Amino acid sequence: MMDRWTFGITMLVVGMGGTLLTLILLSLIMSVLKKIFPYKPDEEKKD
Amino acid sequence: MIEAIISGANGLIAGFMNLHWSNPVMMAIGCLLLYLGIKKDFEPLLLVPIGFGCIIVNIPLAGLMEKEGFLRTIYDAGIITELFPLLIFVGIGAMTDFTPVLENPYTFLLGAAGQCGIFLTLLLALALGFKYNEAVTIGIIGACDGPTVIYVASQYAQNLLGPCSVAAYSYMSLVPVLQPPIMRILTTKKERETIMKTGKRTVSKTTKLLFPIVITIVGGLIAPKGLPLLATIMLGNFMKESGAVARLTKASENEITNIVTLLLGISIGATMDGKVFVQPTTIIILALGLIAICLDTVCGILFGKVLYLITGGKINPLIGAAGISAFPMSARVVQKEGQRYNKKNYLLMHAMGANAGGQVGSVMAAAVMLSVLKGMGVI
Repeated sequence: MMDRWTFGITMLVVGMGGTLLTLILLSLIMSVLKKIFPYKPDEEKKD
Repeated sequence: MIEAIISGANGLIAGFMNLHWSNPVMMAIGCLLLYLGIKKDFEPLLLVPIGFGCIIVNIPLAGLMEKEGFLRTIYDAGIITELFPLLIFVGIGAMTDFTPVLENPYTFLLGAAGQCGIFLTLLLALALGFKYNEAVTIGIIGACDGPTVIYVASQYAQNLLGPCSVAAYSYMSLVPVLQPPIMRILTTKKERETIMKTGKRTVSKTTKLLFPIVITIVGGLIAPKGLPLLATIMLGNFMKESGAVARLTKASENEITNIVTLLLGISIGATMDGKVFVQPTTIIILALGLIAICLDTVCGILFGKVLYLITGGKINPLIGAAGISAFPMSARVVQKEGQRYNKKNYLLMHAMGANAGGQVGSVMAAAVMLSVLKGMGVI
């Protein structure tokens, strides 16, 4: 069993790092999706 | 005959005789929660059922939380099974408009910075001697997201469910009080006055539809242990954006959320039995929860300041404070603070982006945390 210090630092590094990297990845994917499916003003009118 | 009368009369005073000193204390706290909910308008939809649940569970001999007691039945059905927080998430997804975060995907990063408090508080909780699973649950209060706290606590630290839930919901409602002083301390007047340009709508319907699906698949693959949290919030959002299931969307927003909120609130209140709740641990948890939310705000603003520097002063650092999950309260606080220093400043849409990013960020942080714990063999 790892000690508390190792556990805490691992959670901080992997947990926070993982959250940050996941959100960076998601923001990149969403930026790409916006480029692939650009907003068209007439789209609004159809709705 | 007289003996029978005395025995019968004893039954009427048994409740008073079995009153533990902590029960009236908790009844007073229940009344305080009712007062805050009704008079101060602090999250009344939750504080009223929680406060009432807290009062009734502290009446001795009623057996509400014993086997087959009605509160125990609700608690077992919805909290132990994790059903209530997940159903609430469907409603939250159906009520949340993610367009602001899709317009400016960088605001996802503010949503990530706003989760730092979770991990820093986890360290503090460990330093104070809490067990691993308890420290994780306490850290999650920093997600500023009630259902996430309940979900994690019900799985990994049921003994802390009451104090953690109360801390999460209380501090969420106190965001307008907690955040402004931190904003003022950490930013200069010039930074607070920064005007951010408001662009036109640039998100297509297809992108909005794909957003919940992409988040579910990518987020689920990275953090499978948190998929229930991600999937339910995204299901609600997908139903809303598709426009094809208006009845289900409305039911999620209204009937389901309302009923589950009532049952969830009274179940949380039911965990506030004085003998269990009135302990030094509760005070420590409440203090750590407060620290967690303050640290979230600090980290969010500091990240906002980094963006301010990188962009040459185009981003107002105040919007970093909205990178927490208290949606949309936190965004409103940013708007109010921005306007206090510059009347021409309209930060609401940008702050809503950060706030929606915080909503996804908090769920993602919890999901990542659970998956890391699973990976380390702790759960």
